[in-house]
Amino acid sequence: MSAQANGHAKQTRRTPPEFVDIRIKRRENPDAPQRWEEFRIPYRPNLNIISCLMEIRKNPVTKDGTRTTPPVWEMNCLEQVCGICTMVINGRVRQSCSALVDQLDLPITLEPMSKFPNIRDLVVDRSQMFEHLKRVHAWIEIDGSYDLGPGPRMTPDEVAERYAYSRCMTCGCCLEACPQYEGDNYIGPQAIAQVRLMNMHPSGKATRDERLEGIMGEDGITNCGNAQNCVRVCPMSIPLTKAIYEENRETIIHGLFGWLKK
Amino acid sequence: MATPSKDMRIAIVGGGLAGLAAAMRIAEGGHAVDLFSVVPVKRSHSVCAQGGINGAVNTKGEGDSPWKHFDDTVYGGDFLANQPPVKAMCEMAPSIIYLFDRMGVPFSRTKEGLLDFRRFGGTLHHRTAFAGASTGQQLLYALDEQVRRYEAAGKVKKYEHWEMLSLVQDEHGVCRGLVAMERATLELKVFPADAVIIATGGPGLIFGKSTNSMVCTGSAVSACYQQGARYANGEFIQVHPTSIPGEDKLRLMSESARGEGGRVWVPKTKGDKRTPSSIPESERWYFLEEKYPAYGNLVPRDIATREIFQVCLDGFGIGGENQVYLDLTHIPTETLDQKLGAILEIYEMFVGDDPRHVPMRIFPGVHYSMGGLWVDYDQRTNVPGLLAAGECDYSIHGANRLGANSLVSCVYGGFVAAPAALEYAKNLQRNGADGSRIYDQELRRQQEINNQLLKQTGTENQYVIHEEMGKWMTDNVTVVRYNDRLKATDEKLLELIDRYQHISINDSNMWATHALPHARQLYNMLQLARVITLGALNRNESRGAHYKPDFPNRDDEQFLKTTLAEFSGEGPVFSWEAVDIGLLPPRKRDYSKGTEQKKPEGEEQKPRDLSAPAVWDQNKEQVRDVDHGEAETRTQQGKSIEEAGGKSDKL
Repeated sequence: MSAQANGHAKQTRRTPPEFVDIRIKRRENPDAPQRWEEFRIPYRPNLNIISCLMEIRKNPVTKDGTRTTPPVWEMNCLEQVCGICTMVINGRVRQSCSALVDQLDLPITLEPMSKFPNIRDLVVDRSQMFEHLKRVHAWIEIDGSYDLGPGPRMTPDEVAERYAYSRCMTCGCCLEACPQYEGDNYIGPQAIAQVRLMNMHPSGKATRDERLEGIMGEDGITNCGNAQNCVRVCPMSIPLTKAIYEENRETIIHGLFGWLKK
Repeated sequence: MATPSKDMRIAIVGGGLAGLAAAMRIAEGGHAVDLFSVVPVKRSHSVCAQGGINGAVNTKGEGDSPWKHFDDTVYGGDFLANQPPVKAMCEMAPSIIYLFDRMGVPFSRTKEGLLDFRRFGGTLHHRTAFAGASTGQQLLYALDEQVRRYEAAGKVKKYEHWEMLSLVQDEHGVCRGLVAMERATLELKVFPADAVIIATGGPGLIFGKSTNSMVCTGSAVSACYQQGARYANGEFIQVHPTSIPGEDKLRLMSESARGEGGRVWVPKTKGDKRTPSSIPESERWYFLEEKYPAYGNLVPRDIATREIFQVCLDGFGIGGENQVYLDLTHIPTETLDQKLGAILEIYEMFVGDDPRHVPMRIFPGVHYSMGGLWVDYDQRTNVPGLLAAGECDYSIHGANRLGANSLVSCVYGGFVAAPAALEYAKNLQRNGADGSRIYDQELRRQQEINNQLLKQTGTENQYVIHEEMGKWMTDNVTVVRYNDRLKATDEKLLELIDRYQHISINDSNMWATHALPHARQLYNMLQLARVITLGALNRNESRGAHYKPDFPNRDDEQFLKTTLAEFSGEGPVFSWEAVDIGLLPPRKRDYSKGTEQKKPEGEEQKPRDLSAPAVWDQNKEQVRDVDHGEAETRTQQGKSIEEAGGKSDKL
């Protein structure tokens, strides 16, 4: 990946440090101000950010010896496939389970994602992303879940193209990195990519127009400023900019000629 | 007399594959679903399943059939599973795969555009449909999308970030709903329901580090157990042969790596310090291939795990450590990327080596619970109104689960539980005026438990207790089991339960705290850990994943039985139930040869009729629709919990 931003050491350090210092941006509740706290834990090889946070949680004392509350963060699969543990690490948005201390500059800074309501410490509320999926009808309209035999045939190439989009775990990295996205003003790359995924499917094509209309409003696809940050930070390497390009074209065609179908 | 109401409301706890499958079916029938999940359902543990989903579609000209799938599953499970539901699942499996195909799962395909199938452990057939190496993620997303469709239509109401604490039961013990806690506010609320389906997955966190996600505590299941639901075959815990040891968890390295040709080996010389690539072929010991020529690296998981464990115990592990090689380097990089990309990325990301060029270092890790809530053939527990589906029920996998059977069993369980719940709800008599009383009582009881925990000011640390439990369970109740160590482990668990009374919640800010929910889960995990440990202690034989060197053989005479645990104030009370082996007579499990049972002549293979009415008396014990032979359970003997050696007062 090209995004070796500042603070992300490319090489493993030669001499291991004795300690790992971690600065965490904290917030007690949605109404409280944010503040920084610094922690120090003994270095061990192969630590990831989750292991560091677990260590801190067990006995929450700051670097200067003050007892504090345990930092709260979300985690689940720890294999970078559920998307829940996303946060901003050394200035870059990513999953904390796959962020290895050996590959990070010290001290490490951890912040919650800034584009979503901050619940507490490193926890944010990303429910708006799931609302976006509802709006763009990100599903195949099957007749029913009873036995109707196999689905449509597809070539391995078609499947490979869809597979790339199907891996989106709704983690929010693309929205965090997008300069246009602020206060839920733009439907964003993740939802547009799901439109692409569904509209490529032979059965999904039948309801293609509904999805296009879902991304055509004021907060729709035209808000994209082509910064291309989304594709750089996507942990699943989803071709988000390609989806935006393709769907933008589709919406224009739909906008121009869609009325003919009515 | 109340008239049965038409608008039925079913509560589903857990939004993984089983829970979503049930939710989709119920919503499709036009009924209301309340769906509870600790995490947004799209982030459930099902996403971690990698390799694939089994179904005997027989597209490879191998003569595969649902009957062979059934035979492999029962044989792989060492004959401990009741056979009828296993057969029903195998018959439904092809249609489940086709359904996901229709829902848009990007299954890998052949050149002709048909679904591709790969090989997996415990079978000689290509039976596993797959979407790259992220099949669980893809299947879960497909159901997530369909359920979102019903959510948008107002049929499904999601309660994400809500954790179930307990069931609400009326004076007859009938389940009438549940109490759940909102994770940010710690608000408790009752949710009345006509039936409750538990689909909360496995209890891996009891072992501290496992391949499970962090929500897999088994807490909700343990709560049901403590409220009277039977827990069956708890001692059967699958330890996956290939996981990547880590500080925070053990990451799964899918069986599909071996399905695609991966080979397990160690250097023939103990403590060989050479790099793997510089060790010539003749100095490598492919111990699985040597011992099991027919199945090779694809022997069932329990066997592969024990062999790897033993090789390391004998000092042949890489550099003398607890590690063996899983080698893919002989397979073309292009094939690997196409078929295993996702899991190779995981290894690369967390270990730093590229498995396309350097053999992976792996070791067994706790992975799956074959045991779970006891259910009948319609996924109903012994508590009227409470059903279970997925990893949290015990029904399909016997003493050992075959790879790629978990996804299919989750969906099958959900698809059976949904109509069974509706059928039950249809005939349910709604309770009248005293209805609100039982809800208020249970809410108060749960609130008091929270209040008590918050008041405590002891010196014990909840995370330390969790770590100790995990270490003891991993050391003594996994691959190799000895009775003296199992006894010591139970004593340790009792000590931890005692120390638990002296924890102080490790957070002073109660807003969105994880400390209180963790404390609640920890208590439930400790209770379930005892069921697992004592179940293992009682079973003096070796069967599937349960292995005792002092009792190295399977003992059908004494132990071809389902272990049933019932909660009492003094710990689990055990009884045993005969296994329904009416379709396939037990035979010796031996993977050193490629053997397989022929289907009996004239055996009809009709899909099971799922519309058959469910016989389930609300106020009495379970009415059984099958004859299990010998009556042995406590209730069948007509004994009370006290007579069976327990104490009935609920906590």
